[in-house]
Amino acid sequence: MKARIAVAAFALAVLAVPQLGRDYYSILMLSFFAYATVLLGLNLLFGYGGLLSFGHALFIGIGAYAAAVLTGKLGVLHMEAILLVAVAASVLVAAPVGALCVRYVKIYFGMLTLAFGMLFYSFLLKFYHLTGGDEGMRVLRPTLLGFDLSATPKVQFLIGPYYYYSAAVLAVAAFVMWRIVASPFGLCLKSIRENPTKAESLGISVNRYRWYAFVISAAYGGVGGALLGPTTGQVDPNLAYWTHSGNLVFMTLLGGFTHFFGPVLGAFVFIYLQDAVMSVVSYWRLVFGAILAVLVIFVPGGLVGLVTGRGVRPGIKAMRESPR
Amino acid sequence: MILQARDIRKLYGEFCALDGVSVGVNAGEFVSIIGPNGAGKSTLINVLTGILEPTAGRVFFKGRDITGIGPVRLARLGMARSFQLVSIFPELTVLEVLQVAVVSRLRRGARLFASLARDREVAEQALEVAELFLLADKRTVPARQLPQGDKKLLDVASAFALQPEVILLDEPTSGVSTRDKTKVMEILVSASRRIGIKAIIQVEHDMDIVFGYSDRIIALHEGRVLADSTPGEIRANEDVVNMVIGRKGRKRSTC
Repeated sequence: MKARIAVAAFALAVLAVPQLGRDYYSILMLSFFAYATVLLGLNLLFGYGGLLSFGHALFIGIGAYAAAVLTGKLGVLHMEAILLVAVAASVLVAAPVGALCVRYVKIYFGMLTLAFGMLFYSFLLKFYHLTGGDEGMRVLRPTLLGFDLSATPKVQFLIGPYYYYSAAVLAVAAFVMWRIVASPFGLCLKSIRENPTKAESLGISVNRYRWYAFVISAAYGGVGGALLGPTTGQVDPNLAYWTHSGNLVFMTLLGGFTHFFGPVLGAFVFIYLQDAVMSVVSYWRLVFGAILAVLVIFVPGGLVGLVTGRGVRPGIKAMRESPR
Repeated sequence: MILQARDIRKLYGEFCALDGVSVGVNAGEFVSIIGPNGAGKSTLINVLTGILEPTAGRVFFKGRDITGIGPVRLARLGMARSFQLVSIFPELTVLEVLQVAVVSRLRRGARLFASLARDREVAEQALEVAELFLLADKRTVPARQLPQGDKKLLDVASAFALQPEVILLDEPTSGVSTRDKTKVMEILVSASRRIGIKAIIQVEHDMDIVFGYSDRIIALHEGRVLADSTPGEIRANEDVVNMVIGRKGRKRSTC
Protein backbone atom coordinates (compact mmCIF):
# COMPACT_ATOMS: atom_id res chain seq x y z
CA MET A 1 0.00 0.00 0.00
CA LYS A 2 2.79 2.38 0.98
CA ALA A 3 4.58 1.55 -2.23
CA ARG A 4 1.46 2.37 -4.25
CA ILE A 5 1.08 5.74 -2.55
CA ALA A 6 4.74 6.50 -3.16
CA VAL A 7 4.45 5.57 -6.85
CA ALA A 8 1.25 7.61 -7.29
CA ALA A 9 2.83 10.62 -5.56
CA PHE A 10 5.92 10.28 -7.74
CA ALA A 11 3.80 10.05 -10.91
CA LEU A 12 1.92 13.23 -9.96
CA ALA A 13 5.18 15.02 -9.22
CA VAL A 14 6.54 13.92 -12.60
CA LEU A 15 3.51 15.41 -14.35
CA ALA A 16 3.96 18.66 -12.43
CA VAL A 17 7.67 19.17 -13.12
CA PRO A 18 7.30 21.10 -16.43
CA GLN A 19 4.93 23.51 -14.67
CA LEU A 20 7.65 24.59 -12.25
CA GLY A 21 9.29 26.70 -14.91
CA ARG A 22 12.76 25.22 -14.47
CA ASP A 23 13.22 24.05 -18.03
CA TYR A 24 16.65 22.62 -17.44
CA TYR A 25 15.39 20.18 -14.82
CA SER A 26 12.46 19.24 -17.01
CA ILE A 27 14.85 18.30 -19.81
CA LEU A 28 16.89 16.20 -17.39
CA MET A 29 13.68 14.30 -16.70
CA LEU A 30 13.72 13.14 -20.32
CA SER A 31 16.93 11.26 -19.64
CA PHE A 32 15.30 9.82 -16.56
CA PHE A 33 12.33 8.48 -18.56
CA ALA A 34 14.69 6.85 -21.03
CA TYR A 35 17.05 5.32 -18.45
CA ALA A 36 14.22 4.19 -16.18
CA THR A 37 12.77 2.26 -19.13
CA VAL A 38 16.14 0.65 -19.84
CA LEU A 39 16.62 -0.27 -16.19
CA LEU A 40 13.19 -1.87 -15.84
CA GLY A 41 14.37 -4.25 -18.54
CA LEU A 42 17.87 -4.69 -17.18
CA ASN A 43 16.45 -5.56 -13.78
CA LEU A 44 14.24 -8.31 -15.19
CA LEU A 45 17.50 -9.95 -16.14
CA PHE A 46 19.46 -9.04 -13.00
CA GLY A 47 17.06 -8.58 -10.08
CA TYR A 48 14.65 -11.30 -11.15
CA GLY A 49 16.83 -13.56 -13.30
CA GLY A 50 20.15 -13.22 -11.45
CA LEU A 51 22.16 -12.38 -14.58
CA LEU A 52 24.13 -9.13 -14.59
CA SER A 53 24.72 -7.71 -18.07
CA PHE A 54 27.70 -5.43 -18.56
CA GLY A 55 26.80 -4.72 -22.16
CA HIS A 56 23.28 -3.41 -22.06
CA ALA A 57 24.26 -0.07 -23.56
CA LEU A 58 24.39 -2.10 -26.78
CA PHE A 59 20.60 -1.97 -26.91
CA ILE A 60 20.46 1.70 -26.00
CA GLY A 61 22.75 2.20 -28.98
CA ILE A 62 20.49 0.17 -31.23
CA GLY A 63 17.41 2.14 -30.16
CA ALA A 64 19.11 5.52 -30.51
CA TYR A 65 20.62 4.71 -33.91
CA ALA A 66 17.26 3.36 -35.05
CA ALA A 67 15.85 6.82 -34.31
CA ALA A 68 18.72 8.47 -36.20
CA VAL A 69 18.53 6.22 -39.25
CA LEU A 70 14.75 6.41 -39.51
CA THR A 71 14.47 10.18 -39.09
CA GLY A 72 17.73 11.25 -40.73
CA LYS A 73 18.18 8.77 -43.56
CA LEU A 74 14.83 7.20 -44.30
CA GLY A 75 12.59 10.18 -43.62
CA VAL A 76 10.35 8.24 -41.23
CA LEU A 77 9.40 10.71 -38.52
CA HIS A 78 6.65 8.86 -36.63
CA MET A 79 7.86 8.29 -33.07
CA GLU A 80 5.63 5.22 -32.84
CA ALA A 81 7.37 3.71 -35.86
CA ILE A 82 10.76 4.56 -34.32
CA LEU A 83 9.81 2.78 -31.09
CA LEU A 84 8.57 -0.25 -32.99
CA VAL A 85 11.71 -0.47 -35.11
CA ALA A 86 13.88 0.01 -32.01
CA VAL A 87 12.13 -2.92 -30.34
CA ALA A 88 12.33 -5.08 -33.47
CA ALA A 89 16.02 -4.34 -34.06
CA SER A 90 16.90 -4.96 -30.41
CA VAL A 91 15.01 -8.25 -30.40
CA LEU A 92 16.64 -9.28 -33.65
CA VAL A 93 20.11 -8.70 -32.22
CA ALA A 94 19.28 -10.00 -28.76
CA ALA A 95 17.87 -13.30 -29.99
CA PRO A 96 21.18 -14.82 -31.19
CA VAL A 97 23.37 -12.87 -28.72
CA GLY A 98 21.15 -13.90 -25.83
CA ALA A 99 21.00 -17.53 -26.95
CA LEU A 100 24.77 -17.64 -26.63
CA CYS A 101 25.13 -15.55 -23.45
CA VAL A 102 22.51 -17.32 -21.32
CA ARG A 103 24.51 -20.54 -21.50
CA TYR A 104 26.86 -18.84 -19.06
CA VAL A 105 26.33 -17.27 -15.67
CA LYS A 106 27.98 -14.80 -13.32
CA ILE A 107 31.20 -13.21 -14.53
CA TYR A 108 31.23 -15.24 -17.76
CA PHE A 109 27.80 -13.96 -18.68
CA GLY A 110 28.87 -10.43 -17.75
CA MET A 111 32.04 -10.61 -19.83
CA LEU A 112 30.25 -12.04 -22.86
CA THR A 113 27.66 -9.26 -22.80
CA LEU A 114 30.49 -6.76 -22.40
CA ALA A 115 32.21 -8.26 -25.44
CA PHE A 116 29.11 -7.98 -27.61
CA GLY A 117 28.60 -4.42 -26.40
CA MET A 118 32.14 -3.50 -27.43
CA LEU A 119 31.71 -5.26 -30.75
CA PHE A 120 28.75 -3.05 -31.52
CA TYR A 121 30.63 0.03 -30.29
CA SER A 122 33.46 -0.77 -32.72
CA PHE A 123 30.96 -1.27 -35.52
CA LEU A 124 29.43 2.16 -34.86
CA LEU A 125 32.88 3.72 -34.73
CA LYS A 126 34.45 2.07 -37.75
CA PHE A 127 31.65 1.76 -40.30
CA TYR A 128 31.77 5.44 -40.96
CA HIS A 129 29.61 5.46 -44.08
CA LEU A 130 26.75 3.72 -42.34
CA THR A 131 26.99 5.22 -38.88
CA GLY A 132 28.86 8.50 -39.20
CA GLY A 133 31.76 7.11 -37.14
CA ASP A 134 32.72 9.07 -34.04
CA GLU A 135 30.73 12.06 -35.21
CA GLY A 136 27.57 10.04 -34.98
CA MET A 137 24.29 10.94 -36.62
CA ARG A 138 21.61 13.53 -36.19
CA VAL A 139 18.16 12.65 -34.94
CA LEU A 140 15.47 14.83 -36.49
CA ARG A 141 12.45 15.84 -34.52
CA PRO A 142 9.85 13.09 -34.71
CA THR A 143 6.11 13.50 -35.00
CA LEU A 144 4.17 12.36 -31.93
CA LEU A 145 0.95 10.39 -32.55
CA GLY A 146 0.96 11.85 -36.05
CA PHE A 147 1.21 15.50 -34.89
CA ASP A 148 3.88 17.49 -36.69
CA LEU A 149 5.50 19.71 -34.07
CA SER A 150 8.35 21.06 -36.15
CA ALA A 151 7.09 24.64 -35.72
CA THR A 152 7.39 24.43 -31.93
CA PRO A 153 10.64 25.85 -30.46
CA LYS A 154 13.01 23.06 -29.39
CA VAL A 155 12.80 23.57 -25.63
CA GLN A 156 9.02 23.95 -25.77
CA PHE A 157 8.84 20.69 -27.74
CA LEU A 158 11.03 18.84 -25.27
CA ILE A 159 9.39 20.03 -22.05
CA GLY A 160 5.93 19.97 -23.58
CA PRO A 161 4.66 17.22 -25.85
CA TYR A 162 7.83 15.13 -25.83
CA TYR A 163 8.02 15.23 -22.05
CA TYR A 164 4.55 13.78 -21.61
CA TYR A 165 5.04 11.36 -24.47
CA SER A 166 8.20 9.96 -22.85
CA ALA A 167 6.49 9.81 -19.47
CA ALA A 168 3.64 7.85 -21.03
CA VAL A 169 6.07 5.43 -22.68
CA LEU A 170 7.74 4.83 -19.31
CA ALA A 171 4.35 4.34 -17.65
CA VAL A 172 3.32 1.76 -20.23
CA ALA A 173 6.72 0.05 -20.03
CA ALA A 174 6.46 -0.09 -16.23
CA PHE A 175 2.93 -1.47 -16.38
CA VAL A 176 3.90 -4.20 -18.83
CA MET A 177 6.95 -5.12 -16.74
CA TRP A 178 4.81 -5.18 -13.62
CA ARG A 179 2.60 -7.74 -15.33
CA ILE A 180 5.60 -9.78 -16.45
CA VAL A 181 7.17 -10.07 -13.00
CA ALA A 182 3.80 -11.01 -11.47
CA SER A 183 3.17 -13.71 -14.08
CA PRO A 184 3.93 -17.42 -13.86
CA PHE A 185 6.97 -16.62 -16.00
CA GLY A 186 8.15 -14.08 -13.39
CA LEU A 187 7.93 -16.73 -10.68
CA CYS A 188 9.85 -19.25 -12.77
CA LEU A 189 12.53 -16.66 -13.46
CA LYS A 190 12.92 -16.01 -9.73
CA SER A 191 13.18 -19.73 -9.06
CA ILE A 192 16.00 -19.92 -11.63
CA ARG A 193 17.81 -17.05 -9.88
CA GLU A 194 17.46 -18.83 -6.55
CA ASN A 195 18.50 -22.33 -7.60
CA PRO A 196 18.82 -23.31 -11.26
CA THR A 197 19.51 -26.99 -10.54
CA LYS A 198 16.34 -27.31 -8.53
CA ALA A 199 14.35 -25.35 -11.11
CA GLU A 200 15.52 -27.77 -13.79
CA SER A 201 14.56 -30.76 -11.70
CA LEU A 202 11.06 -29.27 -11.53
CA GLY A 203 10.91 -29.20 -15.32
CA ILE A 204 11.79 -25.51 -15.86
CA SER A 205 13.89 -24.97 -19.00
CA VAL A 206 16.43 -22.70 -17.37
CA ASN A 207 18.21 -21.44 -20.49
CA ARG A 208 15.02 -20.86 -22.40
CA TYR A 209 13.55 -18.67 -19.65
CA ARG A 210 16.80 -16.79 -19.26
CA TRP A 211 16.73 -16.20 -23.00
CA TYR A 212 13.19 -14.80 -22.82
CA ALA A 213 14.33 -12.44 -20.06
CA PHE A 214 17.35 -11.39 -22.10
CA VAL A 215 15.29 -10.61 -25.19
CA ILE A 216 12.65 -8.71 -23.21
CA SER A 217 15.30 -6.67 -21.42
CA ALA A 218 16.91 -5.89 -24.79
CA ALA A 219 13.57 -4.61 -26.11
CA TYR A 220 13.38 -2.28 -23.10
CA GLY A 221 16.92 -1.13 -23.85
CA GLY A 222 15.87 -0.36 -27.42
CA VAL A 223 12.86 1.66 -26.29
CA GLY A 224 15.00 3.64 -23.83
CA GLY A 225 17.58 4.32 -26.54
CA ALA A 226 14.90 5.48 -28.96
CA LEU A 227 13.58 7.90 -26.31
CA LEU A 228 17.08 9.31 -25.74
CA GLY A 229 17.66 10.08 -29.43
CA PRO A 230 15.27 13.02 -29.92
CA THR A 231 16.25 14.43 -26.50
CA THR A 232 19.80 15.16 -27.57
CA GLY A 233 19.10 15.33 -31.30
CA GLN A 234 22.40 13.55 -31.83
CA VAL A 235 23.64 10.00 -31.34
CA ASP A 236 27.26 8.81 -31.20
CA PRO A 237 29.10 5.52 -30.49
CA ASN A 238 29.62 6.43 -26.82
CA LEU A 239 26.00 5.45 -26.24
CA ALA A 240 27.12 1.84 -26.70
CA TYR A 241 30.43 2.20 -24.86
CA TRP A 242 31.05 -0.06 -21.88
CA THR A 243 31.19 2.81 -19.37
CA HIS A 244 27.62 3.56 -20.35
CA SER A 245 26.72 -0.03 -19.50
CA GLY A 246 28.60 0.52 -16.23
CA ASN A 247 26.39 3.50 -15.48
CA LEU A 248 23.34 1.30 -15.89
CA VAL A 249 24.70 -1.17 -13.36
CA PHE A 250 25.52 1.73 -11.02
CA MET A 251 21.96 3.07 -11.29
CA THR A 252 20.57 -0.38 -10.52
CA LEU A 253 22.73 -0.80 -7.42
CA LEU A 254 22.04 2.78 -6.33
CA GLY A 255 18.29 2.28 -6.39
CA GLY A 256 18.31 -1.35 -5.27
CA PHE A 257 17.76 -4.36 -7.48
CA THR A 258 15.59 -6.29 -5.04
CA HIS A 259 12.64 -3.98 -5.50
CA PHE A 260 10.63 -3.48 -8.68
CA PHE A 261 10.99 0.31 -8.57
CA GLY A 262 14.52 0.33 -7.14
CA PRO A 263 16.30 0.82 -10.49
CA VAL A 264 13.79 3.52 -11.47
CA LEU A 265 14.66 5.44 -8.31
CA GLY A 266 18.33 4.73 -9.05
CA ALA A 267 18.04 6.30 -12.49
CA PHE A 268 16.37 9.38 -11.03
CA VAL A 269 18.92 9.94 -8.28
CA PHE A 270 21.85 9.17 -10.58
CA ILE A 271 20.84 11.69 -13.22
CA TYR A 272 20.21 14.57 -10.81
CA LEU A 273 23.17 13.73 -8.60
CA GLN A 274 25.47 13.56 -11.61
CA ASP A 275 24.22 16.94 -12.73
CA ALA A 276 24.67 18.46 -9.28
CA VAL A 277 28.16 17.03 -8.78
CA MET A 278 29.28 17.99 -12.29
CA SER A 279 28.22 21.56 -11.72
CA VAL A 280 30.46 21.76 -8.65
CA VAL A 281 33.51 19.68 -9.57
CA SER A 282 34.80 18.42 -12.88
CA TYR A 283 35.95 15.04 -11.59
CA TRP A 284 32.49 13.68 -10.91
CA ARG A 285 33.60 10.10 -11.55
CA LEU A 286 35.80 10.27 -8.46
CA VAL A 287 32.81 11.24 -6.35
CA PHE A 288 30.65 8.59 -7.94
CA GLY A 289 33.32 5.95 -7.42
CA ALA A 290 33.31 6.72 -3.71
CA ILE A 291 29.52 6.57 -3.62
CA LEU A 292 29.59 3.18 -5.35
CA ALA A 293 32.07 1.83 -2.82
CA VAL A 294 29.92 3.02 0.08
CA LEU A 295 26.84 1.50 -1.55
CA VAL A 296 28.36 -1.92 -2.07
CA ILE A 297 29.78 -2.11 1.44
CA PHE A 298 27.08 -0.47 3.56
CA VAL A 299 23.87 -0.29 1.53
CA PRO A 300 23.70 -3.40 -0.64
CA GLY A 301 19.92 -3.08 -0.85
CA GLY A 302 20.25 0.36 -2.44
CA LEU A 303 18.12 3.38 -1.61
CA VAL A 304 14.92 1.35 -1.68
CA GLY A 305 16.53 -1.07 0.75
CA LEU A 306 17.23 1.83 3.09
CA VAL A 307 13.61 2.96 2.98
CA THR A 308 12.01 -0.47 3.33
CA GLY A 309 14.53 -1.74 5.86
CA ARG A 310 15.30 -4.75 3.71
CA GLY A 311 18.80 -3.61 2.94
CA VAL A 312 20.71 -6.64 4.06
CA ARG A 313 18.50 -9.56 3.26
CA PRO A 314 20.40 -12.85 3.34
CA GLY A 315 19.83 -13.21 -0.39
CA ILE A 316 21.82 -10.08 -1.04
CA LYS A 317 24.38 -11.16 1.49
CA ALA A 318 24.91 -14.39 -0.40
CA MET A 319 25.32 -12.55 -3.70
CA ARG A 320 27.63 -9.96 -2.23
CA GLU A 321 29.98 -11.70 0.13
CA SER A 322 32.44 -14.42 -0.65
CA PRO A 323 31.70 -17.70 1.10
CA ARG A 324 33.90 -18.39 4.08
CA MET B 1 8.74 -52.50 -15.48
CA ILE B 2 8.15 -48.80 -15.26
CA LEU B 3 11.81 -47.89 -14.84
CA GLN B 4 14.71 -50.02 -15.94
CA ALA B 5 18.46 -49.54 -16.12
CA ARG B 6 20.44 -52.04 -18.20
CA ASP B 7 24.15 -52.74 -17.83
CA ILE B 8 25.04 -49.27 -16.62
CA ARG B 9 28.74 -48.47 -16.55
CA LYS B 10 29.95 -45.09 -15.43
CA LEU B 11 33.60 -44.12 -15.42
CA TYR B 12 35.01 -40.98 -13.87
CA GLY B 13 38.40 -40.97 -15.55
CA GLU B 14 40.00 -44.19 -14.33
CA PHE B 15 37.55 -44.68 -11.50
CA CYS B 16 34.65 -47.01 -12.18
CA ALA B 17 31.64 -45.75 -10.19
CA LEU B 18 29.13 -48.18 -11.69
CA ASP B 19 30.20 -51.46 -13.23
CA GLY B 20 27.44 -53.21 -15.13
CA VAL B 21 24.49 -52.31 -12.92
CA SER B 22 21.05 -53.53 -13.98
CA VAL B 23 18.08 -52.58 -11.85
CA GLY B 24 14.39 -52.23 -12.43
CA VAL B 25 11.36 -50.92 -10.62
CA ASN B 26 7.78 -52.10 -11.09
CA ALA B 27 4.68 -50.00 -10.74
CA GLY B 28 3.41 -50.13 -7.17
CA GLU B 29 6.83 -50.73 -5.65
CA PHE B 30 8.74 -48.91 -2.94
CA VAL B 31 12.40 -49.66 -3.59
CA SER B 32 15.35 -48.66 -1.44
CA ILE B 33 18.93 -48.44 -2.63
CA ILE B 34 21.48 -49.03 0.11
CA GLY B 35 25.24 -49.27 0.16
CA PRO B 36 28.30 -47.88 1.90
CA ASN B 37 30.03 -44.67 0.99
CA GLY B 38 31.35 -44.80 -2.58
CA ALA B 39 29.12 -47.71 -3.59
CA GLY B 40 27.71 -45.68 -6.48
CA LYS B 41 24.26 -44.80 -5.10
CA SER B 42 24.33 -41.12 -6.01
CA THR B 43 25.79 -41.87 -9.43
CA LEU B 44 23.01 -44.39 -10.03
CA ILE B 45 20.34 -41.86 -9.01
CA ASN B 46 21.88 -39.26 -11.30
CA VAL B 47 21.99 -41.72 -14.19
CA LEU B 48 18.38 -42.78 -13.55
CA THR B 49 17.23 -39.15 -13.51
CA GLY B 50 19.03 -38.36 -16.74
CA ILE B 51 21.45 -35.83 -15.22
CA LEU B 52 24.46 -38.03 -15.91
CA GLU B 53 25.00 -39.86 -19.13
CA PRO B 54 26.43 -43.32 -18.44
CA THR B 55 29.61 -44.47 -20.20
CA ALA B 56 27.68 -47.52 -21.35
CA GLY B 57 24.20 -48.95 -20.85
CA ARG B 58 20.70 -47.56 -21.29
CA VAL B 59 17.88 -46.39 -19.05
CA PHE B 60 14.24 -46.97 -19.98
CA PHE B 61 11.22 -45.24 -18.47
CA LYS B 62 7.80 -46.54 -19.50
CA GLY B 63 9.54 -48.40 -22.33
CA ARG B 64 11.20 -45.26 -23.64
CA ASP B 65 14.95 -44.74 -23.79
CA ILE B 66 15.66 -41.80 -21.48
CA THR B 67 19.43 -42.14 -21.17
CA GLY B 68 20.92 -38.74 -20.48
CA ILE B 69 17.90 -36.75 -21.66
CA GLY B 70 18.23 -34.32 -18.79
CA PRO B 71 16.00 -33.36 -15.87
CA VAL B 72 13.64 -31.01 -17.71
CA ARG B 73 12.35 -33.55 -20.23
CA LEU B 74 12.31 -36.26 -17.61
CA ALA B 75 10.11 -34.15 -15.35
CA ARG B 76 7.70 -33.73 -18.26
CA LEU B 77 7.65 -37.48 -18.87
CA GLY B 78 6.62 -38.09 -15.28
CA MET B 79 9.70 -38.63 -13.18
CA ALA B 80 10.70 -36.34 -10.32
CA ARG B 81 13.44 -36.30 -7.74
CA SER B 82 14.46 -34.67 -4.49
CA PHE B 83 18.00 -33.93 -3.43
CA GLN B 84 20.27 -35.23 -0.69
CA LEU B 85 21.22 -31.73 0.40
CA VAL B 86 18.18 -29.52 0.82
CA SER B 87 17.46 -27.84 -2.50
CA ILE B 88 14.85 -25.11 -2.40
CA PHE B 89 14.39 -21.51 -3.51
CA PRO B 90 15.45 -19.64 -0.35
CA GLU B 91 13.83 -16.26 -1.06
CA LEU B 92 10.51 -17.66 -2.27
CA THR B 93 7.70 -18.45 0.14
CA VAL B 94 6.60 -22.02 0.79
CA LEU B 95 3.57 -21.57 -1.44
CA GLU B 96 5.64 -19.99 -4.21
CA VAL B 97 8.10 -22.88 -4.20
CA LEU B 98 5.20 -25.29 -4.71
CA GLN B 99 3.65 -22.99 -7.31
CA VAL B 100 6.82 -23.21 -9.38
CA ALA B 101 6.28 -26.97 -9.65
CA VAL B 102 2.57 -26.63 -10.41
CA VAL B 103 3.20 -23.93 -13.04
CA SER B 104 5.79 -26.21 -14.61
CA ARG B 105 3.46 -29.22 -14.64
CA LEU B 106 0.60 -27.22 -16.16
CA ARG B 107 3.06 -25.79 -18.73
CA ARG B 108 2.15 -22.24 -17.82
CA GLY B 109 5.68 -20.95 -17.30
CA ALA B 110 5.80 -19.12 -20.62
CA ARG B 111 2.68 -17.09 -19.83
CA LEU B 112 4.31 -13.68 -19.71
CA PHE B 113 1.34 -11.45 -19.04
CA ALA B 114 -1.02 -13.72 -17.11
CA SER B 115 -1.53 -12.90 -13.46
CA LEU B 116 -0.20 -15.61 -11.17
CA ALA B 117 -2.18 -14.19 -8.26
CA ARG B 118 -5.42 -14.72 -10.21
CA ASP B 119 -4.57 -18.26 -11.31
CA ARG B 120 -6.73 -20.16 -8.86
CA GLU B 121 -5.90 -23.56 -10.28
CA VAL B 122 -2.19 -23.08 -9.56
CA ALA B 123 -2.84 -21.64 -6.09
CA GLU B 124 -5.25 -24.40 -5.12
CA GLN B 125 -3.03 -27.22 -6.28
CA ALA B 126 0.00 -25.75 -4.55
CA LEU B 127 -1.98 -25.35 -1.35
CA GLU B 128 -3.21 -28.93 -1.60
CA VAL B 129 0.36 -30.20 -1.66
CA ALA B 130 1.28 -27.84 1.20
CA GLU B 131 -1.56 -29.39 3.22
CA LEU B 132 -0.45 -32.95 2.44
CA PHE B 133 3.01 -32.10 3.76
CA LEU B 134 1.71 -30.18 6.78
CA LEU B 135 3.23 -26.95 5.49
CA ALA B 136 -0.01 -25.05 4.87
CA ASP B 137 0.33 -22.96 8.05
CA LYS B 138 3.71 -21.77 6.87
CA ARG B 139 2.75 -21.01 3.29
CA THR B 140 3.69 -17.34 3.47
CA VAL B 141 7.03 -17.96 5.18
CA PRO B 142 10.16 -17.55 3.02
CA ALA B 143 11.70 -20.98 2.51
CA ARG B 144 15.02 -19.90 4.02
CA GLN B 145 13.32 -19.22 7.37
CA LEU B 146 11.94 -22.75 7.76
CA PRO B 147 13.49 -25.16 10.26
CA GLN B 148 15.77 -27.75 8.65
CA GLY B 149 13.20 -30.54 8.78
CA ASP B 150 10.57 -28.42 7.04
CA LYS B 151 13.07 -27.39 4.36
CA LYS B 152 13.61 -31.07 3.62
CA LEU B 153 9.86 -31.63 3.49
CA LEU B 154 9.44 -28.67 1.16
CA ASP B 155 12.13 -30.01 -1.17
CA VAL B 156 10.32 -33.35 -1.35
CA ALA B 157 6.89 -31.69 -1.53
CA SER B 158 7.88 -29.65 -4.57
CA ALA B 159 8.87 -32.85 -6.38
CA PHE B 160 5.50 -34.37 -5.39
CA ALA B 161 3.73 -31.27 -6.72
CA LEU B 162 4.81 -32.36 -10.20
CA GLN B 163 2.49 -35.35 -9.72
CA PRO B 164 5.07 -37.69 -11.18
CA GLU B 165 4.52 -41.37 -11.83
CA VAL B 166 7.89 -42.26 -10.37
CA ILE B 167 9.77 -40.34 -7.71
CA LEU B 168 13.39 -40.72 -6.65
CA LEU B 169 14.23 -39.54 -3.18
CA ASP B 170 17.88 -39.02 -2.32
CA GLU B 171 18.03 -39.53 1.44
CA PRO B 172 14.61 -38.09 2.26
CA THR B 173 15.24 -38.15 6.00
CA SER B 174 18.85 -36.96 6.14
CA GLY B 175 19.16 -33.96 8.40
CA VAL B 176 15.83 -34.79 10.03
CA SER B 177 15.91 -35.60 13.75
CA THR B 178 15.49 -39.29 14.60
CA ARG B 179 12.22 -38.43 16.32
CA ASP B 180 10.77 -36.88 13.15
CA LYS B 181 11.98 -39.47 10.63
CA THR B 182 8.93 -41.71 10.93
CA LYS B 183 6.67 -38.69 10.70
CA VAL B 184 8.38 -37.62 7.46
CA MET B 185 8.05 -41.12 5.99
CA GLU B 186 4.38 -41.37 6.96
CA ILE B 187 3.71 -38.03 5.26
CA LEU B 188 5.60 -39.22 2.19
CA VAL B 189 3.77 -42.48 1.85
CA SER B 190 0.30 -41.04 2.39
CA ALA B 191 1.03 -38.14 0.01
CA SER B 192 2.20 -40.51 -2.70
CA ARG B 193 -1.04 -42.47 -2.36
CA ARG B 194 -3.11 -39.32 -2.60
CA ILE B 195 -1.20 -38.03 -5.59
CA GLY B 196 -1.18 -41.41 -7.31
CA ILE B 197 2.55 -41.95 -7.55
CA LYS B 198 3.20 -45.39 -8.98
CA ALA B 199 6.69 -46.09 -7.67
CA ILE B 200 9.11 -44.64 -5.12
CA ILE B 201 12.84 -45.19 -5.22
CA GLN B 202 14.88 -43.93 -2.33
CA VAL B 203 18.48 -43.87 -1.25
CA GLU B 204 18.52 -44.17 2.52
CA HIS B 205 20.96 -44.94 5.31
CA ASP B 206 18.60 -45.41 8.20
CA MET B 207 17.98 -49.17 8.21
CA ASP B 208 14.81 -48.84 10.30
CA ILE B 209 13.35 -46.71 7.54
CA VAL B 210 14.70 -48.98 4.79
CA PHE B 211 13.31 -52.19 6.28
CA GLY B 212 10.15 -50.54 7.55
CA TYR B 213 8.95 -49.21 4.22
CA SER B 214 10.57 -51.05 1.32
CA ASP B 215 9.00 -53.71 -0.85
CA ARG B 216 12.41 -54.42 -2.28
CA ILE B 217 15.98 -53.46 -1.42
CA ILE B 218 18.88 -53.08 -3.81
CA ALA B 219 22.30 -53.27 -2.13
CA LEU B 220 25.20 -51.71 -4.03
CA HIS B 221 28.83 -52.36 -3.28
CA GLU B 222 31.80 -50.97 -5.19
CA GLY B 223 29.72 -50.16 -8.23
CA ARG B 224 27.96 -53.51 -8.50
CA VAL B 225 24.63 -54.90 -7.37
CA LEU B 226 25.41 -57.04 -4.36
CA ALA B 227 21.82 -58.10 -3.80
CA ASP B 228 18.37 -57.21 -5.08
CA SER B 229 15.65 -58.78 -3.04
CA THR B 230 12.87 -58.51 -0.46
CA PRO B 231 13.70 -57.08 3.00
CA GLY B 232 13.45 -60.53 4.51
CA GLU B 233 15.95 -62.07 2.13
CA ILE B 234 18.27 -59.08 2.39
CA ARG B 235 18.35 -59.46 6.15
CA ALA B 236 19.33 -63.10 5.70
CA ASN B 237 22.04 -62.32 3.15
CA GLU B 238 25.42 -62.67 4.89
CA ASP B 239 27.31 -60.54 2.38
CA VAL B 240 24.90 -57.63 2.63
CA VAL B 241 24.82 -57.77 6.40
CA ASN B 242 28.62 -57.81 6.57
CA MET B 243 29.37 -55.21 3.95
CA VAL B 244 26.43 -52.84 4.01
CA ILE B 245 24.17 -53.08 7.02
CA GLY B 246 26.57 -54.07 9.75
CA ARG B 247 26.19 -56.85 12.29
CA LYS B 248 23.54 -55.28 14.46
CA GLY B 249 21.38 -54.51 11.50
CA ARG B 250 20.97 -50.96 12.66
CA LYS B 251 24.38 -49.49 12.36
CA ARG B 252 24.42 -46.58 9.97
CA SER B 253 27.09 -46.39 7.37
CA THR B 254 29.32 -43.38 7.39
CA CYS B 255 28.32 -41.51 4.27
